[in-house]
Amino acid sequence: MRLADTLRFARDAATSYPMRTTLSVLAMSIGVAAVVILTALGDGARRYVVSQFSSLGTNLVIVLPGRSGTGGFNPANAITSTPRDLSIDDAASLLRAPAVKRLAPLAVGTSEISFGGRLREVMVAGSTSDFIPLRNFELAQGQGLPEEDWNRGSSVAVIGAKIREEMFGNGPAVGQLIRVGDRRLRVVGVLKSLGQGLGMNTDELVIVPVALAQAMFNSNTLFRILVEAKSREAIPEAKEQVMNILKQRHRGEEDVTVITQDAVLATFDKLLGALTLGVAGIAAISLAVAGILVMNVMLVAVTQRTGEIGLLKALGATARTIRLAFLAEAAMLSTVGALVGYLLGQLGAFALRQAFPVFPAYPPDWAVIAGLGTALGTGLLFGVMPARRATRLDPVQALMRH
Amino acid sequence: MALIELKGIERVFQLGDSTVHALTALNLSIGTGEYVAVMGPSGSGKSTLLNLLGLLDRPSAGSYQLEDRDVTTLSPDEQAQVRSQRIGFVFQSFHLVPRLTAAENIALPMMLAGIPSRERNSRVERALADFGLEQRADHRPDQLSGGQRQRVAIARATIMQPALILADEPTGNLDRHTGDEVVHLLEALNASGVTLVVVTHDPALGARAKRQLVMEDGSLKQDSAHAPG
Repeated sequence: MRLADTLRFARDAATSYPMRTTLSVLAMSIGVAAVVILTALGDGARRYVVSQFSSLGTNLVIVLPGRSGTGGFNPANAITSTPRDLSIDDAASLLRAPAVKRLAPLAVGTSEISFGGRLREVMVAGSTSDFIPLRNFELAQGQGLPEEDWNRGSSVAVIGAKIREEMFGNGPAVGQLIRVGDRRLRVVGVLKSLGQGLGMNTDELVIVPVALAQAMFNSNTLFRILVEAKSREAIPEAKEQVMNILKQRHRGEEDVTVITQDAVLATFDKLLGALTLGVAGIAAISLAVAGILVMNVMLVAVTQRTGEIGLLKALGATARTIRLAFLAEAAMLSTVGALVGYLLGQLGAFALRQAFPVFPAYPPDWAVIAGLGTALGTGLLFGVMPARRATRLDPVQALMRH
Repeated sequence: MALIELKGIERVFQLGDSTVHALTALNLSIGTGEYVAVMGPSGSGKSTLLNLLGLLDRPSAGSYQLEDRDVTTLSPDEQAQVRSQRIGFVFQSFHLVPRLTAAENIALPMMLAGIPSRERNSRVERALADFGLEQRADHRPDQLSGGQRQRVAIARATIMQPALILADEPTGNLDRHTGDEVVHLLEALNASGVTLVVVTHDPALGARAKRQLVMEDGSLKQDSAHAPG
């Protein structure tokens, strides 16, 4: 039989049993759609976390007060039980380190902001002029914190986009006097809206000079010191230098934790990569199930069409012709199923992206290729068995069942 | 010249513990262009004989020569080739493919044989005209009457211009009038030189043949060609 005839014959056979065909195409497309959507979710989560971490800043080294790792026995630990706080002077001393490009101390707390009778609770971040460029924040209006002595906080504030909207509505914000806690501050800048990020929501943030924040919260400790290394290669160097300087200042005690953004990122990347693989595994199982379903459908087709197979044999069809016809039918079912599933999956991923714009739910290429490949592979593989069965049927017996 | 030469044919079926001899020690010779009716009670082996003649079944012993060629030793694919080129089947229940139109059913053997579609179309057109089915070309079997269905089946059986047509109760599912029409068609084909073997219960139909074979218990009981007197 000619190839075009085989294909047409298989197509007609498939379309003349609409229920059976629809079911197997549906099974296959659900399998493929599951692969596409699930891997889009997994990979989207990975990309989301990675991008959020990257947006924290570039080449970051973060200093936390306290020791979180386990170290060897140090006599100093035996004497002082509470870790020394991080101070503004600690932060300033780190500027000596040659691998450090710039840094920003960070003190945080919550307070109330009021303007023109409106009042709300806000997150207050105390830092320095380098904080905004270091964290890759951008200003929508005005300017950032002034360059000044870190221990002398002037009464100014940079506010988030949502705070501006809630406090000032459509009126001008820059230059206005607001009250934060018991201080009167002048608004010098407004941050660009970034949406929800990891850590703090910048839209609802008020940034003030670090000394002012410490005074407001009546403390002289820092929450973090954010250090930017000169380059990506300089990160380990910067980490070591920061550690050494602080150790010196804290009388030989390693009472701070220094983490690098890369290390955190790599860990998350690995974790979420494993998650995506796990999800892909689940999806692969659903694909295998779909393949077995196609096999069942084809077996039913062979049984249903036993008489037809006998007739084809009586009319002079060779075993190869019949095998090819059934194989072509299985291939068509799984191809159509795979394509429909691919479209459904992309549609689902698109819907996800529409519903959660910050979530980059794109299926990775490898998953799409593997999904389509597995669908076609299982479809054909599971189509072979029924096709062989069809071929082996005895023409006389097959005819009698017509 | 003998078209069909059967020598010492045996066909044994294994049914559970018992062995059934469907055909025993059968010798038969049918010449080119003959019109033969095979008759006999149910279970006498006439359908088995027809299946053997059509290469749908293999004998347990003996040899079958079709056009001077031993076809029992052929591979399944070679047998398929012989069925495709030399043998046409007409069944009691028509055996049309329900999803195909009359024209497509007639073209099916040519499609299986790999004949290009242009030639298929012209041959189908001629066949439709010959069998008075021009108006029914695009109808599916369920839209055709019994007589029309059997005419489609006969058109399909003859489309490859076989040397031998095997008909198994061709009028069994038809009323007398349409049955007669179908028989006339088959006889016209026989008159044009095609060898015709008809299996039937119907004595009236059997009597029309030029040669009658009567079977009983798997062997030939009577052959009018060698009838005494």
